[in-house]
Amino acid sequence: MLILLLCGLAILASPAWAVLGDSAASVLNDQARMKGTLRSVDMKAYVMHEITASGGSIVREYVSPAGVVFGVAWEGQFPPDLQQLLGPYYEQARQAERQQERHGRAPISIETPGLVVQQTGHPRSFHGQAYIPQLIPQGVTSSDIR
Amino acid sequence: MCRFRLLLVVGSVLWLAACGSSNNGSAVTGVATTCFPSPIQSSQLIQCSALVTGTGAFVSTVTWSASAGSITTNGTFTAPVVTGPTSVTITATSTQNTGEMGTATVVINPVNSLPLTVDAGPQPQTFTAVNEAFTTVTVCVPNTSTCQTIDHVLVDTGSSGLRLLSSVLTIPLPQQNDSSGNPLDECYVFLDGYVWGPVSLADISITGEKAASAPVQVMIPDSVSPPVPSTCSNRSIGQNLGNSVSALRANGVLGLGFFQQDCGVTCTTANEVYYDCPASVCSPTDVTLSQQVPNPVTMFSLDKNGVLMFLPSVPPGGVATISGTLIFGIGTQTNNALQSATVYTVPDSGANMGAITTTFNGVSYPSSFIDSGSSGIFFLDNATTHIPTCTVQNLLWYCPTPSTGNLSATNQGTNGNQGVVTFNIENANTLLNTGYSAFSTLGAPQRTPPPASFDFGLAFFFGRDVFTAIENMPTPGGPGPYVAY
Repeated sequence: MLILLLCGLAILASPAWAVLGDSAASVLNDQARMKGTLRSVDMKAYVMHEITASGGSIVREYVSPAGVVFGVAWEGQFPPDLQQLLGPYYEQARQAERQQERHGRAPISIETPGLVVQQTGHPRSFHGQAYIPQLIPQGVTSSDIR
Repeated sequence: MCRFRLLLVVGSVLWLAACGSSNNGSAVTGVATTCFPSPIQSSQLIQCSALVTGTGAFVSTVTWSASAGSITTNGTFTAPVVTGPTSVTITATSTQNTGEMGTATVVINPVNSLPLTVDAGPQPQTFTAVNEAFTTVTVCVPNTSTCQTIDHVLVDTGSSGLRLLSSVLTIPLPQQNDSSGNPLDECYVFLDGYVWGPVSLADISITGEKAASAPVQVMIPDSVSPPVPSTCSNRSIGQNLGNSVSALRANGVLGLGFFQQDCGVTCTTANEVYYDCPASVCSPTDVTLSQQVPNPVTMFSLDKNGVLMFLPSVPPGGVATISGTLIFGIGTQTNNALQSATVYTVPDSGANMGAITTTFNGVSYPSSFIDSGSSGIFFLDNATTHIPTCTVQNLLWYCPTPSTGNLSATNQGTNGNQGVVTFNIENANTLLNTGYSAFSTLGAPQRTPPPASFDFGLAFFFGRDVFTAIENMPTPGGPGPYVAY
């Protein structure tokens, strides 16, 4: 019991875990963080790990045959912890967003050579995806990341 | 010889039923009062009339009185100001025989409409707002006359709840406590940023409507305590929109969307939207539905089932500013009937909450939505639409030259109702360089979620009556949630 509690505290106290661009092992960290259920589907060209949180929000992580998370997608009433999900790419996405001059309210659309982040929706229904174009395996397209 | 005379008093004009010579021993035998029309709205003027019956050469004049509002000596009634349906009794009393009187009942409804303005935005004008519909809201410290009227509050059918910038507020709205007795704060994530700050209580007045002691969010900048929890800011790659007027591009957000609360059942259990904020540090907390920030419309007395937005058509090339009307209620008063609008019901749960299915070139996109809080029409991508794009200040837009002409899509609700939408896209670079604020032809790609979707933002609203019906609220078109136009 005590050990479990300490483990729980350790998880809560941890800083963000890199996921996008990281190894498949980080999927389990996300599952723990989201207190979600995990479903994994082998699509041959990649493996899709789907984490469903108790509130119904869903994160899908796409792992290449080389064992690298090349893309993530999310849907839910509110976005997930994107710093955790995007890892080192989170700050890169923030910087890119800062350089955009918004004219009125618009979806998030970051398209840089090394990182793509898209998000649409409204409060209580968000959809988003992020991927690293260079890491997408042969025969897979960005629209598979959904 | 006529034994019976009628005298109808309409205003100051006497209609005499002339009938031979007068009698001695006249008597008034009855007074019948009518006021038309009913119901009417606060402060509206109507004419009442009295039909006096009697015998002999009776005196046909009456004295007028009203249980509320005011009435002139010739029967012109001025309705009182009400915030909910109120019955007023109008009495006409015979001057000859004060024992004879007639009454009429007039129902007074609140004024439910006010202007919508699409313009460059609030002061300080460090930016030019594009396709943002603004209105004016008054908030008061509950049960007091300490009030503030705030202009340029964004009307957003994509969210629910009133949120005001702390830097704009000048009155001390009391903060709501959570179930632990600690201050309650909220993290609310919008599409392109987040807001953070206390949940406070206010009497909200919008035109003649009132929501008493309603939870509202006060959006605070990074510099104000309590600091933004990382679990809040990490949910967005955008900035804290509560930092300033120029960050929010409005003085507040008036969320008039499909949902009764801004979070709903999800936040009655584990969530990272509401936070318990004792002196030390804020941590996520459960809240009841009534503790959440509500769609204020649901707290109005009569016009509580939804809203109607009307904005005039905007020609190609855009206009600098344009004004329309925001009307509360659907089918509750004479000015908000659905008439010929088609009802498109939307899911109230699941990943496509609030969404319609849009079909374009034979492909269906089930995560599409209609949202006054988005600026343009965001849809698909260049590979699908073959509309040229360009980058304006690092943002991708559709930039066809010449314009696309009429594009056609079909929207469908979960009730199976379908309707064709035609729209035209012009070169966004040209449009945005005009410095204008209202465009019906502004569009950009939207590739998420695969296989992409349509976001019909304010550009879609120009030239349409768009109804947004709130979940579980009865309307003449069936219960919400739905969008109708």
